[in-house]
Amino acid sequence: MPPTWTGEPCDGASGPPIQVLDPSGQFTADPRFPVDLDDGDLLGLHRDMVLVRQLDTTATALQQQGELGLWASSRGQEAIGVGLAAAVAPSDMVFPSYREHALAWCRGVGISGILGLFRGITNGGWDPAAVGLAVPSIVIGAQVLHAVGYAMGQQLDGGGEATAVVFGDGASSQGDTLEAMVWAASFEAPVVLLCINNGWAISVPAARQSRIPLAQRARGFGFPGLRVDGNDVLAMYAVARAALDYARTGGPVLIEAVTYRMAAHTTADDDMRYRTRAEVDQWQERDPISRLTAHLVDCGLLDDGALAELQHESQRLAEAVRHEVRTMPMPDVRTLGRHAYASDTRASLVPAGVPVAPPAPAVDSAVRATALSAAHG
Amino acid sequence: MPTMRVNQAIATALADEMRADASVMVFGEDIAEAEGPFKTSEGLLAEFGPLRVRDTPISEMAFTGAAVGAATLGMRPVIEIMFVEFLGVALDELVTEAAKFRYLSNGALSVPMVVRASVGSGLGFGCQHSQTLENWVSATPGLTVVTISDAQSAYGLMRAAIRDPDPVIVLEPRTLYARRGEVTTGEAGILPLRRARTVRPGADITVVAMGQTVGIALDAVAACDVDAEVIDLATLSPWDRSTVLTSVHRTGRLIVVEEAPLTGGWGAQVVATAASEAFSALTAAPFRITTPDVPVPYAKHLEARFVPTVEDVARQLRTYLDTGAVPQPWWVLEGVSA
Repeated sequence: MPPTWTGEPCDGASGPPIQVLDPSGQFTADPRFPVDLDDGDLLGLHRDMVLVRQLDTTATALQQQGELGLWASSRGQEAIGVGLAAAVAPSDMVFPSYREHALAWCRGVGISGILGLFRGITNGGWDPAAVGLAVPSIVIGAQVLHAVGYAMGQQLDGGGEATAVVFGDGASSQGDTLEAMVWAASFEAPVVLLCINNGWAISVPAARQSRIPLAQRARGFGFPGLRVDGNDVLAMYAVARAALDYARTGGPVLIEAVTYRMAAHTTADDDMRYRTRAEVDQWQERDPISRLTAHLVDCGLLDDGALAELQHESQRLAEAVRHEVRTMPMPDVRTLGRHAYASDTRASLVPAGVPVAPPAPAVDSAVRATALSAAHG
Repeated sequence: MPTMRVNQAIATALADEMRADASVMVFGEDIAEAEGPFKTSEGLLAEFGPLRVRDTPISEMAFTGAAVGAATLGMRPVIEIMFVEFLGVALDELVTEAAKFRYLSNGALSVPMVVRASVGSGLGFGCQHSQTLENWVSATPGLTVVTISDAQSAYGLMRAAIRDPDPVIVLEPRTLYARRGEVTTGEAGILPLRRARTVRPGADITVVAMGQTVGIALDAVAACDVDAEVIDLATLSPWDRSTVLTSVHRTGRLIVVEEAPLTGGWGAQVVATAASEAFSALTAAPFRITTPDVPVPYAKHLEARFVPTVEDVARQLRTYLDTGAVPQPWWVLEGVSA
């Protein structure tokens, strides 16, 4: 069934976020955004969310043990990356921020790619062109511009591809992001701008970034905005799918995925300095995994046996993550100069053709005085 | 004399100036409720309230530009750029606006604002959050660029920067925030801008350092047992030529120790000036110890090698004093290549 959402009017930008699966797991179809997934797809979404949660939990523990330099937890936000990854075509491009481990996992980046970066044994965990996922942007909002430019290239290629870019509520205040929206609109770039509103930009609440739901900003730029429950993987998938299909010919769409950052900003942050445990606990009840589990159990797609098997698979992943991280080879100091420039040689450090000067002899003051007086007449 | 960490010295300086002058206000990301990602604004929100201590949206251009506007009205805004790299999106407001307003108004306008930014490597933040980037702003007349090197300079230069009638950028090496030192507070603790500090007097060689490399240079000198004069440049622009040249005239030898890539680093200016203006006093070629021309690596053991180490500065000092020759940088000796 094709989506009945046509991008106009901007009816998805206000009101409660679009939701098809409520926190108890009750499914209510939204005819504008059909969930055209079969049983295997649904189980796949569930499995990916469970495994990404496990990867995140294990990585957090490894960071606390000093095995990773830093970790930015995606706990509670798994549905967004998993839902978006299911919606993009293999040939589409995705630009992530630094918290999108779910996207990396679903695009096929392995453990060493995701964790090598945080271990510091590599500066880039994967080849963006090979997996259809750009390098994660650490700089807030910069990737939104890159995505618009990439989408303009896709437009020029004429192959019907689209780009999705993920950024946060904090990034919505950056000039980069706002200028990217102007450009996306001016050039009708086939881009889906996915803003993950997780409530907090480190210590600053989302209310400091915007007085209105962020999705409503789209209207000012002249393109559709949609507000979706970011903890509902089925709504996330269906809305992203509809937005991508629209973007391929209609130009940009802004999606605001409403969720919550369950952990601190990163392992270097103490969130209890600026928010309460009660607020965090409230969001625990809207967990994206437990609602899909409940739904799949209700539908008869998951039973105790299947859940136990998934639990085992999750434990095996945790063991694999711990083993891979601890056995990653550390780079040699002599590789320090690699990839600063395309000419991947020592030439970037010691210019070719400039001989290294032999050590000068110790300066004899009498000789120098003679040289000086000769030079100065 | 109390001892405090560098981040406490900064918070203390901000609080003391805010008490002394009601026009001093502080903006930045995560500086109010969370008291700063490096805890450099601890206690400020509680004492001065949300009108003078503001958490901003993630909009460096906006808060830098707003500070320019507020400063022209006579306010004394102190803004925090969490990592100096984030200044990139706000450079227009600083270099093209703040630095030019006095000049463009025939002296009618002042922009007494302070831009604080954390700089440098050593904490494992990766290549996009570990640079010093002082050369982004040091070639702009109208701006004063300062780098702190210990708790006292953090306190003393911060207070002087806030009182200065022109825009001042105070660069704070991140790796020093947790470093403790004795601090004289109050008026007596204020240090002059645009003056270098001779942190160790000596007769045989002049070592000029700044920020994180001041401590590295001092430790290297101690390890070599040489009678070196160590100068903390402190203000990079406009810099104190007189203190440096007077020292070089006395010692006849000059090394600059920098935490920045070889090409375009601030030490080039110091060495060039000494070569031109103290040529007759030099008994050996002046030279610079820098980082290689590559981005700052993330891996801990590579990052530790990247910045001039105490051992490597000591090696180069010894070679230079023993032979008069300019030593090779470590990356050439160790065959760093593709």
